[in-house]
Amino acid sequence: MKILICISNVPDTTTKIKFTGDSTEFDVAGVQWIINPWDELALTRALELKEKTNGKIEKISVVSVGLKTAEPTLRKALAIGADEAFRIDCEAKDSNSVAAQIAEVAKDYDIIMCGIEASDYNGSAVGGMLSEFLNIPSVSSVSNLDIENNDILISREIDGGAEILTTKIPFVAIVQKGIAIEPRIPSMRGIMMARKKPLNVVSPIEVENLTEFVSFELPPSKAACKMIDAENVKELVDLLHNEAKVI
Amino acid sequence: MSILVYTENWDGKFKKLSFELVSYASEIAKKMNTSAIALSIGKVEESELQKLGNYGAEKIISVSDEKNKVLDNQAFSKIIAEVANKENSEIIVFAHNNSGKALAPRVSVKLHAGLVSGVIALPSDFDTFTVSKKAFTGKAIANVVIKSPKKVLTLSQNSFGLIETENNSIIENFEPELSDTDFTTELKEVNKITGKVILTDAEIVISGGRGMKSSENWAPIEELAELLGAATACSRPVSDENWRPHSEHVGQTGKIIAPNLYFALGISGAIQHLGGVSSSKYIVAINTDHEAPIFESADYGIVGDVHKLIPELISEIKELKETEN
Ligand SMILES: Cc1cc2nc3c(=O)[nH]c(=O)nc-3n(C[C@H](O)[C@H](O)[C@H](O)COP(=O)(O)OP(=O)(O)OC[C@H]3O[C@@H](n4cnc5c(N)ncnc54)[C@H](O)[C@@H]3O)c2cc1C
Repeated sequence: MKILICISNVPDTTTKIKFTGDSTEFDVAGVQWIINPWDELALTRALELKEKTNGKIEKISVVSVGLKTAEPTLRKALAIGADEAFRIDCEAKDSNSVAAQIAEVAKDYDIIMCGIEASDYNGSAVGGMLSEFLNIPSVSSVSNLDIENNDILISREIDGGAEILTTKIPFVAIVQKGIAIEPRIPSMRGIMMARKKPLNVVSPIEVENLTEFVSFELPPSKAACKMIDAENVKELVDLLHNEAKVI
Repeated sequence: MSILVYTENWDGKFKKLSFELVSYASEIAKKMNTSAIALSIGKVEESELQKLGNYGAEKIISVSDEKNKVLDNQAFSKIIAEVANKENSEIIVFAHNNSGKALAPRVSVKLHAGLVSGVIALPSDFDTFTVSKKAFTGKAIANVVIKSPKKVLTLSQNSFGLIETENNSIIENFEPELSDTDFTTELKEVNKITGKVILTDAEIVISGGRGMKSSENWAPIEELAELLGAATACSRPVSDENWRPHSEHVGQTGKIIAPNLYFALGISGAIQHLGGVSSSKYIVAINTDHEAPIFESADYGIVGDVHKLIPELISEIKELKETEN
């Protein structure tokens, strides 16, 4: 079995978000890039499954659509334990075209894992689109994925609970919190080995972008917090009741 | 032409978010001089379907086949695309929730439609078709143009509200062309927690952080939640420590919620936490540290000890409820 993890190269979660070019572009100056947190958890789970199933999983690959600047993030994925990386050499501008690009690489895989969203443009789209381009099953909101004997067992979160499902390979799992607890971090040995692992650069196919991010704004700033004395909890209740009218 | 809205049901019932979606689709339909059509998949009584008409759906299409009891992404997206084609729908609207995120991307590929997910308002320009959405986990708002003739949107919950209108709706039953091979996932087991307010639906959320100190201290939070009909939530370290289930974790890597009122109790207000809760209408913070960043995002704050203040809050709210009655 072969597993492919789709990786988005995103700004570190503490990045101060700024824009340039008259608010039309995200300002990348000084930004630290990381593996999208959910993708990192997906990779972690894939490695756990590989260890657990003893030879059943022959290969774990990672793929990212992006320019050369995305390579350190892919190298990090290799250092964490992926066997091979692909970088599709074009800018990731729209979910539909990103999914179409990844579909070219993903054809040979049995399990494809994507994060529920990328923490930059919050699209929640690539995994579902990819499954449709490949015309294979998809399960979303996946909070656990297991392989027992030859069965695939998936927990899918639903409102107020979870469902246990099974499906047939190949399929796309769109994963979220729970799929793994702590993301793995690269070891010294992993970092050394990553240098020798293949990072293949793939030429992009022609696809059109169906959407375009034309401008950005910062959210309106909040009014100052009303502070209430700790001896006067009643005042808080009054304000919530009479001023905010929420209780 | 038409605007199609996919309305999910929960055991045969719609929720406020379904009505919000229909209200949103109807407003778009009005602006584009066309009509809004609601699509329901699964078994829903006629009287319940009728309710969608109160928010402006002119036609309600019901696919009530027993086969569609459990969400199957391939089968459901096939049905939705089939109806969208039949009704010549230019825009298809979903909720930005578990099922919307599962289906909208598949439907968008089937229809070769551009998708914008998590939109927060009506399109600001119908000629270029520009919509706004949150980006960078709440740290920015992006304006996005959809260039394709067909469009798919998922609407962020609580971002639009409800608009009631006169009910002129008709209900139509529809049997899609499905074969067994369209169903690709099989349900083995369902584990549901009943009797609790669901976090992503809740109007009020009571959330505890590391300042609560241990899982044994959660009883007052649960009591407060029960008193206010609220859901309970927590920060990431709390779920990582297994003080609370992972399903309660809110924030950038957990659930993103937008209740009317959010209580941050012993939560510092890290940027990743705020990413999940900053769309709340009102935030109340209780924290011993007056410099905790949560106070920069809160509307009401108390500097003090949660262990002392939550019980006081409970008794004050009880008193308020008594005087109300
Ligand atoms: C990639 C990434 C993703 C992340 N995603 C998330 C996420 O989705 N959600 C999330 O929550 N975090 C997330 N985090 C973690 C985040 O950075 C913070 O570490 C976390 O939110 C802190 O949780 P906390 O506020 O409960 O704990 P702390 O930061 O430890 O804060 C505890 C607070 O309680 C106060 N306190 C202590 N005792 C009391 C008392 N008796 N009464 C009142 N107040 C008291 C303290 O003053 C302090 O402000 C993420 C981090 C990373 C790196």
